[in-house]
Amino acid sequence: MKIHEYQGKAILARYGVAVPRGRMVESVEEADAATRELFHDGASGVVVKAQIHAGGRGKGGGVKIAKSVQDAAEIAANMLGMTLVTHQTGPEGKKVQRLLIEETLPIAQELYLGIVLDRGNGRNVFMASAAGGMEIEEVAAKDPDAIIKEHITPGVGLQAYQARKIAFKLGLDTKYISGAVKFMMALARAAEDTDASLVEINPFITTTDGRLFALDAKMNFDDNALYRHPDIRELRDLSEEDPLEVEASKYALNYIKLDGNVGCMVNGAGLAMATMDIIQYAGGMPANFLDVGGGANEEQVTHAFEILLADKNVQAVLINIFGGILRVDTLANGVVSAAKKTNIHLPIVLRLEGTNVEQGREILKNSGLNFIVAHNMKDAAEKVVAAAKGVK
Amino acid sequence: MSILVDKSTRLIVQGLTGREGTFHAKASQEYGTKVVGGVTPGKGGTAHEGWPIFNTVGEAVAKTGANATVIFVPPPGAADAIMEAADAGVPLIVCITEGIPAQDMVKAWEFLKGKKSRLIGPNCPGIISPGKCKIGIMPARIHKEGNVGIVSRSGTLTYEAVHQLTVRGIGQSTAIGIGGDPIIGTNFIDAITLFNADPETEAIIMIGEIGGGAEEAAAEYIKANVKKPVVGFIAGQTAPPGRRMGHAGAIISGGKGTAKEKIAAMKAADIHVASSPADIGETLVQAMPALAKA
Repeated sequence: MKIHEYQGKAILARYGVAVPRGRMVESVEEADAATRELFHDGASGVVVKAQIHAGGRGKGGGVKIAKSVQDAAEIAANMLGMTLVTHQTGPEGKKVQRLLIEETLPIAQELYLGIVLDRGNGRNVFMASAAGGMEIEEVAAKDPDAIIKEHITPGVGLQAYQARKIAFKLGLDTKYISGAVKFMMALARAAEDTDASLVEINPFITTTDGRLFALDAKMNFDDNALYRHPDIRELRDLSEEDPLEVEASKYALNYIKLDGNVGCMVNGAGLAMATMDIIQYAGGMPANFLDVGGGANEEQVTHAFEILLADKNVQAVLINIFGGILRVDTLANGVVSAAKKTNIHLPIVLRLEGTNVEQGREILKNSGLNFIVAHNMKDAAEKVVAAAKGVK
Repeated sequence: MSILVDKSTRLIVQGLTGREGTFHAKASQEYGTKVVGGVTPGKGGTAHEGWPIFNTVGEAVAKTGANATVIFVPPPGAADAIMEAADAGVPLIVCITEGIPAQDMVKAWEFLKGKKSRLIGPNCPGIISPGKCKIGIMPARIHKEGNVGIVSRSGTLTYEAVHQLTVRGIGQSTAIGIGGDPIIGTNFIDAITLFNADPETEAIIMIGEIGGGAEEAAAEYIKANVKKPVVGFIAGQTAPPGRRMGHAGAIISGGKGTAKEKIAAMKAADIHVASSPADIGETLVQAMPALAKA
């Protein structure tokens, strides 16, 4: 799960990670009040930052500096409601509904700090780089040695000596070292306590007056651990997500909307990906990724069907099920009941294999509905692509 | 002619009294697996469907002589169940549970270091040596005893590959689903090492997917160590970057973990790559025509 920068900073601040003074605002009036307050408290300028779940905001015009209350009000007025397009939003962009207004700071150095899971050795890794402001992937591609890494021992956490090592390797001036160690240890504690799947401080800055701040903050959380973080779950912003994906998540369905016209319902993530692949081999384009999961019941399958059909681009549907936990008769009942309920007119191609497949086929045959039955995956892909093109 | 599980396997089920646990314990027993009991804390001393239930794994092992366990415990308690089984010294732990928090698995992974237990999964279908032993949720009837070893990150794609072999008259020595999570116990290299050493496994199929670098590492290992023919497939060739495709571990992040890179690594290791998921069986037949005739 992703959250906004202002929410991430609020969480980090609770762990003692220094963040600039600032406030999230949703209107020009609130922006004006926040700006006045910051100037009143001694800020020499403010930065207005669009709050959307995507990176690259600066380049897209979503981060602007103001030197006066008037400037800030003007920037806020323009930014609120604008559609911000960055390399991560896709061409349709994201509507800006919230801004973060913060004091500007006298930046001396911009660095990078991050914490992610290192899949290769089963531990979290703390990463740092002196090339702040740059995307870490870019640094990794150009100069992998420029990334400093310290693995975190589970249950022990990031130790001070590790943070010191990082701080010295970053080339920080001696006066910053103890502050940087505290900063990094607080960051690691925050990541561990919240089940964060990713924390990125880019840039992590030093100021000319000897202070350290998280100038930006990105936090993602492990969806599987949200059950033990109800407070973090509350931070989910549904307006940042595709409405059909939101609907699907209510029923524990893995659905990702894509651009094609062949709807697919598959059990198992690997088979669902492979089904997308084979649709493209057959000359079609998948409209979605949809994994109904290993333990899906009839109700879930019905919901899956409704979500799939709510995408108006869908011209034909491919159901590809290889039943292990999910029994084929369960799926068949779901398909029949959903097809009747949604009064579907689109062609449906079915390819079924696995536990209780005979019963499943019987249910479909006796349903009175006109399903196209495929013999294998390739056959299914060819039939559904032809059907989507309107070929009989 | 199998790895890890065979006729000598004695299985307990952690979470036997649950719906899925009961269903799959019965299916395993029907297949011929020796299911010797179950563990459900608080229900020790009772019987479920004729099986004795124990409060702890240690007790179950002591009373039944179990040498393998399968875990159907819900996500919040699953990592704990893995550690309990390892602490009880169970040699083979198969964890089916999907949705375990990553940090719980980080701890379990650390805990398993230096222990004698081998973990398969989590978030996997389990392991089957056709005709001998089935531990997990795979549909039994599609399998056939034979000489091809299969290792896969995806459950249903494992079934797909098995099915494509069986309809061509080609049997399997053992099929292992290693799981779709970022942190798993047995990885590609572990499974391939075992298949490579198994005299009855004549060819290997590895099925990977986007995310991480395990396929690339396995390809390097194969190039250096494996003489048996290997067929590979990577799912997610058309998956968009930055999106988690169902499996917690299936994500292209920062341009890394793409199908393209993995396929290139496999080709560089002389692995026979099936470009379409429908061609896995056929690719094996072409790589090893003698198997189909057998």
